[in-house]
Amino acid sequence: MNRSDDTLLLANVSRRGLLKGLAGGTALLLAARWDLGLANEQAQFGAGAMPGGWVDNPNVFIHIDADGLVTIINNRAEMGQGIRTSLVMVAADELGADWDRVRAEQADADQDKYGNQNTDGSRSMRHWFDPMRRAAAAARLMLEQAAANQWDVPVHEVRADIHKVVHPATGREVGFGALAEAARELDVPGRDALVLKSDSELRFIGKESGLINGQLKSAYPKAIDGEDIVTGRAVFGADVDLEGTLYAVVARPPVYGAKVKRVDDSEALNVTGVRKVVRIEGAGQPAAFSPLGGVAVVATNTWAAMEGRRALKIEWDRAPAGDNADYTSDAYRESLEKAAQSPGKVIRQSGDVEAALDAADKRVSATYYMPHMAQAPMEPPVAVVMIREGKAEAWAPVQNPRATREGVAGLLEMDMEDVTVHQTLLGGGFGRKSKPDFVIEAAHVAREFEGQPVKLQWSREDDIQHAYFHAVSVDHLEAGLDADGKASSWRHRTLSPSIASLFAPDPKHKGEFELGMGFNTMPFSIPAIRLENPPAPAHVRIGWFRSVYNLPHAWAIQSFAHEMAVAAGKDHRDYVLDLLGPDREVHNLTVGDGWNYGEDPDLYPIDVARMRRVIERATEEAGWGRETGKGRGLGLAFHHSFVSYTAIVFDVEVDDEGKLTIHRADIAFDCGPQANPERIRSQMEGACVMGIGIALQSEVTFKDGVAQQDNFDTYLIPRMPNAPRVVRVHLIDNPNDAMGGVGEPGLPPVAPALCNAIFAATGKRIRRLPVGDQLSG
Amino acid sequence: MVTLTINGREHELDVPDNMPLLWALRDVVGLRGTKFGCGIAECGACTVHLDGKATRACVTPVSAIQGRQVTTIEAMAEDAVGQRVQEAWLDLGVAQCGYCQGGQIMNATALLKETPAPGTQEIVDAMAGNLCRCGTYNRILAAIERAADKEASS
Repeated sequence: MNRSDDTLLLANVSRRGLLKGLAGGTALLLAARWDLGLANEQAQFGAGAMPGGWVDNPNVFIHIDADGLVTIINNRAEMGQGIRTSLVMVAADELGADWDRVRAEQADADQDKYGNQNTDGSRSMRHWFDPMRRAAAAARLMLEQAAANQWDVPVHEVRADIHKVVHPATGREVGFGALAEAARELDVPGRDALVLKSDSELRFIGKESGLINGQLKSAYPKAIDGEDIVTGRAVFGADVDLEGTLYAVVARPPVYGAKVKRVDDSEALNVTGVRKVVRIEGAGQPAAFSPLGGVAVVATNTWAAMEGRRALKIEWDRAPAGDNADYTSDAYRESLEKAAQSPGKVIRQSGDVEAALDAADKRVSATYYMPHMAQAPMEPPVAVVMIREGKAEAWAPVQNPRATREGVAGLLEMDMEDVTVHQTLLGGGFGRKSKPDFVIEAAHVAREFEGQPVKLQWSREDDIQHAYFHAVSVDHLEAGLDADGKASSWRHRTLSPSIASLFAPDPKHKGEFELGMGFNTMPFSIPAIRLENPPAPAHVRIGWFRSVYNLPHAWAIQSFAHEMAVAAGKDHRDYVLDLLGPDREVHNLTVGDGWNYGEDPDLYPIDVARMRRVIERATEEAGWGRETGKGRGLGLAFHHSFVSYTAIVFDVEVDDEGKLTIHRADIAFDCGPQANPERIRSQMEGACVMGIGIALQSEVTFKDGVAQQDNFDTYLIPRMPNAPRVVRVHLIDNPNDAMGGVGEPGLPPVAPALCNAIFAATGKRIRRLPVGDQLSG
Repeated sequence: MVTLTINGREHELDVPDNMPLLWALRDVVGLRGTKFGCGIAECGACTVHLDGKATRACVTPVSAIQGRQVTTIEAMAEDAVGQRVQEAWLDLGVAQCGYCQGGQIMNATALLKETPAPGTQEIVDAMAGNLCRCGTYNRILAAIERAADKEASS
């Protein structure tokens, strides 16, 4: 933090009273359009129920210099979703700040001060939109009061304009900067005194700008970090520049749970620049956020550390890894496919599925496979840690600053107050950086070098071979259709190792928060439904990957619904609209989900009408039903996740050699109110590309417990030629529902929509991902 | 000792001959706009210009480039074409996380210097070696076309 206290709109946390002169009537205005929400302590759902809850104190988040520069503190991790722009934009709009005089400053890890900072679950905007607006509205009131005091007029006679406060009666005006010092002396107004701007007064919130489906509407407001990024000045994890930095890389056990038996580091120590070799004790299994253990090589630069690591001779002890050392992907897939033939733990049941299947005129059955994947953010994990005089300081690109601070404090047996975690920009996260293992690893090494910063860098090989892998999955579905093709029964067995295996003895079954990602929340209206979860053991670290278990659930369910439509001889869109049944709001508890993404079921039911609307919009925009010609077809999929609704239609062509061309994607998205449509569009565009990689290319396989892919030449992700040239995003104008997530919901329907399109084009059904060379066979 | 000319300035570096330019730039010279993504020339995050040509710094040993001109993303704001590319990137909101974008801009700028008005397929082919995990490819493509148009009209 580089601010000096005399330029701050200083903390005055007491809420002793309302600002003098504020009429009580304003609270009524407010109550009509704005739910104040429950205090954190009382909250069962939403932002208030998260660890640390929300904070809306303007003095925590908004600072104004004497020269008028407005600094908004951003408390969420920036990993490409644009939250540093979008959340700052929310505050700047409500405050009335001129965008060209606004900057962002990143909060350190401090949940008590800043509220919840765990950036996952597509929660940043939906949990912080209201608190940031309240903070900004309070700051605006304080500026107005300061101006009224200066002019000795009643506060209702003045109003904040853009970056200034004006007194219309006399034509006087004064800038925010000139008012900041006086404003900071005032009490923070109570929440019931705040009046949020009406939609017509807003300049940024909910307003379209930027590139809209290929057309530039407005290049303003520009992204907060845009200029730093294009000039190479932006500071990501590895770009932290500290005097006397040492550089470390780690050789980790090739199999999850294995340990170092013997190490010969004599040649490594002879490499020019290598300073020391440090053993890291792994925590064993389950690993949670602890390092895997291994041998660190510390040097005066990254290259020397890498050369030193190449020169290590390590003998690994695989015995502690148990049967992880036998883990082989083909055999594992076969074992899950076999297990899928038998009943499993019943998760949801209505009607008599077996009887309905027996009585069906036609039965449809299919098994779908999705492999392990690595998040592979372009910035591999990296962290800088310095330990000095009983205190630790870390600089790292982490999604979960609180867990990082706890993990470092735990390792070093320090109080949390003695550990500072500075948040850098993240060069992509996608769930990988929700796990702060790499920072704790850096702390392991840094404690050998009192007073010296240690930068611990993962290579791409480290990142892919030692990922917290997306769970491999088998989903087996069976449906019974009546003579008209209408579904009478639906049985779905889902099998995946659970993320819970990372933290506790392997439960071998998915947890509530995993099933609730599109499995039991499946909204089809079918008389007999049984959802089962047979066991599946974990043999590697399983972790969150953007949209998590929604990926396999949407892949299987959306592919299968298409197979049912084909079996029924019906149009896919008509068939699924019929499967959805009448418009209704489905309460999560009625489908056996006790989680609902942590949100209030009354505010966030599964709304079938909203699902229908995105399906209708995407198919209309794509020209559903049009004649496509030989080798070309349209494919649809849709999904509810992170309390938002997405539908995608792909238009693809496959030539006689099996070469796939994706001509176009039409994406309809409903997240309720939109804070920054420009970044919502970019998230949908990006999810489309990432999802194409999931469908076509990305797979990590294991042999004897060792990941068989290790860099971008073997672990394939989309390149520019793989992306469709036309990706159109259709945002549903829906300001009246509660705000939903944005970062993840675009991803789950991509793979099934693409494979459904491939079927429409070729008649070839894909049931095993990635598609790879299956089209040329 | 190797002598490198980086962004027009000479640097004497006490590094082994086989050290890739990437690490010399980042850890020794202190220019960190050039990023590490893969180490095997598969992702393009480390793209610099070597005598004006796009080059992957992660597989280019310093011994191979003595006496040649190295240009990095930090110098693009002073380069007429680089500047147009940067402006197009900002106008179209290309970046998401931004980590790969320095390399993308270096690759795009080298392309436009050699081919001021590339066709769409030429751009796609030229950019195929630069990965973006956020999936910003269509905006990258649009930004290159925008910069090329401005180039043509200037």
